[in-house]
Amino acid sequence: MNATEVVFVVLSVLAAGSALLAMTSRQLVHAALWLVVTLGAVAGCFVLMTAEFIAWVQVLVYVGAVVVLVIFALMLTRQGREQGSGTTAEVTGNRWIAAVLGVVAAVGLGATTIAGFGGERIEGRRIGTAASIGDALFTDWVLPFEILSGVLLAALVGAIVLSRSGSDR
Amino acid sequence: MSLLYPLLLSSALFGIGLYGVLARRNAVLMLLGVELMLNAVNLNLVAFDAWFADRMHTGQVLTLFTIALAAAEIGLGLAIVLALFRAVRTVDVDEVGR
Repeated sequence: MNATEVVFVVLSVLAAGSALLAMTSRQLVHAALWLVVTLGAVAGCFVLMTAEFIAWVQVLVYVGAVVVLVIFALMLTRQGREQGSGTTAEVTGNRWIAAVLGVVAAVGLGATTIAGFGGERIEGRRIGTAASIGDALFTDWVLPFEILSGVLLAALVGAIVLSRSGSDR
Repeated sequence: MSLLYPLLLSSALFGIGLYGVLARRNAVLMLLGVELMLNAVNLNLVAFDAWFADRMHTGQVLTLFTIALAAAEIGLGLAIVLALFRAVRTVDVDEVGR
């Protein structure tokens, strides 16, 4: 186990632990903030896997934009304590079924990957710098990239329309 | 670095995200679970890209596409949740179902 692997394991434990806290925390805003820790740790994992550009995109888009959006949504949909039905538990009644399903999915995927890729190693022969990713993106992947921009535009216009049509009534 | 570490972390994150989607009552936090599952997929894509070391950087470019799609998804999802909140004044999926 070399130094990279030690750092990766530490980041993995951090990511998985804070993900668990994000999914079980009773405080809504705390859940979103624990997700920041998870996403940051995953960005660190990307750096260790020689994908530095993806790591920065992860920090910019996820930690920067998505989490802020989620915190805004949490604050906009805040329910008053007095008008609520008195149930403060943040998980549904079928959480044990959900926990079993989650464990089954994780163990199943983990066993599959161990069986399939047990002895493989990442050598890091091609570093994912901004230059090399940009090269690949704007030569081999131009058409999917352009289609994706259309999808993103449609989704955001749809989001605006959904938000506006609600406030008109 | 062994390929197993990122793959096992990805499996764990996917399981945790699945639990979050199924168990959370707040619709916004259900969306957070979806984001966690998408992040597990990103981790897998980057790990296999680094392992395969192909010239086209397929895994990392697909990760960029996934991140953009996740941003679109969370924007649209939160707009739907806000519309739901305006309609029934709650985002508790148990109460909405009743």
